[in-house]
Amino acid sequence: MAEPFLFDLVTPSALLISEEVQQVVVPGQEGFFTMLRQHAPLMTTLKPGFLEVLKTSGETQRIYVRGGFADATPDSLTILADFAVPETELNADIIDEHIREAEAELEAAAGDMSKYPVAHKRVSDLHDVRRWIIPA
Amino acid sequence: MASLKDLRNRIASVKATQKITKAMQMVAAAKLRKAQEAAVAARPYAERMEKVLANIGASVAGSESAPALIAGTGKDDVHLLVVFTAERGLAGAFNASIVRKARMDARRLVGEGKTVKLFLVGKKGNDMMRREFEKEIVDRTDFRGVRQFAFSDALGVADKLLKMFDEGVFDVATIYYSRFESVITQVPVAQRVIPVDLGDVEEADTSLHYEYEPDEETILADLLPRNLAVQIFRALLENGASEQGARMTAMDNATRNAGEMIDKLSLSYNRQRQAQITTELIEIISGAESL
Repeated sequence: MAEPFLFDLVTPSALLISEEVQQVVVPGQEGFFTMLRQHAPLMTTLKPGFLEVLKTSGETQRIYVRGGFADATPDSLTILADFAVPETELNADIIDEHIREAEAELEAAAGDMSKYPVAHKRVSDLHDVRRWIIPA
Repeated sequence: MASLKDLRNRIASVKATQKITKAMQMVAAAKLRKAQEAAVAARPYAERMEKVLANIGASVAGSESAPALIAGTGKDDVHLLVVFTAERGLAGAFNASIVRKARMDARRLVGEGKTVKLFLVGKKGNDMMRREFEKEIVDRTDFRGVRQFAFSDALGVADKLLKMFDEGVFDVATIYYSRFESVITQVPVAQRVIPVDLGDVEEADTSLHYEYEPDEETILADLLPRNLAVQIFRALLENGASEQGARMTAMDNATRNAGEMIDKLSLSYNRQRQAQITTELIEIISGAESL
């Protein structure tokens, strides 16, 4: 069993998880990474996707996050998510709502070369998530 | 001297008032519990956010490329005061004390030769500030009909602020709200949000050399606006809890006052009734004696 470290998952409205876990797979903006104890200090933004948490009990929980930040230090991982919900409570309505919001942002960003690619990627990431939960 | 009928009417009306204040107190108590829970639930995020920001802020502060939200515009001529108040009154000195603090700061800044602009969130603050600072108000918004503040409400206010900042409407922004200490104490506070107050940066752990993905600037560009929204969200929630606390205390006092008033009125009602009976008896007796 991997050595446990402290994992905090917070959203603006609640502290969802604060416990010792073995490992967490994080959907970083520039690619997924697996966080274990003794990870080098890393700060990254998140893309919409799933966190995969391996708890000390050996069970795995998957949690949908829409975006936010991850702050990794050798003995802790803090995720500040805009929105997070366990996969079991996730449904198409939530994703569709997020896709609509992201598309509105994309429209607003049209012509702004610094924002457009980011907004565009967000929409496509959300569609990936949707395909995952509702196989075509 | 008021007649018996008048007294009866007054007692009835004070009793009706007391029923209302009692009901308002109970409603406020129920709402307070919810507001308090929301404020407590939002705290971890704000705290973690501060920590993260302090870490990253320490590494860019002072450098030339530091974003304007940290470094400021280099001036402090135009101050924007963002004043958060409630939508309703009848909450004791709650709205008045926030407005008073903002008004004093506004006068001081004007005295120092700065330009003051106001952004009023909440209907009551608008009503109270309009008289003295009509011309200084640049924007206002209210949350009428909002039962529980959502993060999106804070995002809306934050977006407006950021847009104004980008357009160069102001140099420094300060938010005014009431911090919830306990049911009986709420403290009006002023907090500078633009440029970000990195007062705690010294405490940041600088022994860690962070790897940033994508890079510091990109993350900060994302983090700073979000931090602003978080601070505003916190102000909204603290204010919400304070408002209910203040209302509960105010209504509790009102209920007690009404009770005292009813006691006094009943006393003089009974006295007067007694006096009337005595008068009637004397009339009857003296009538009988004269026969």
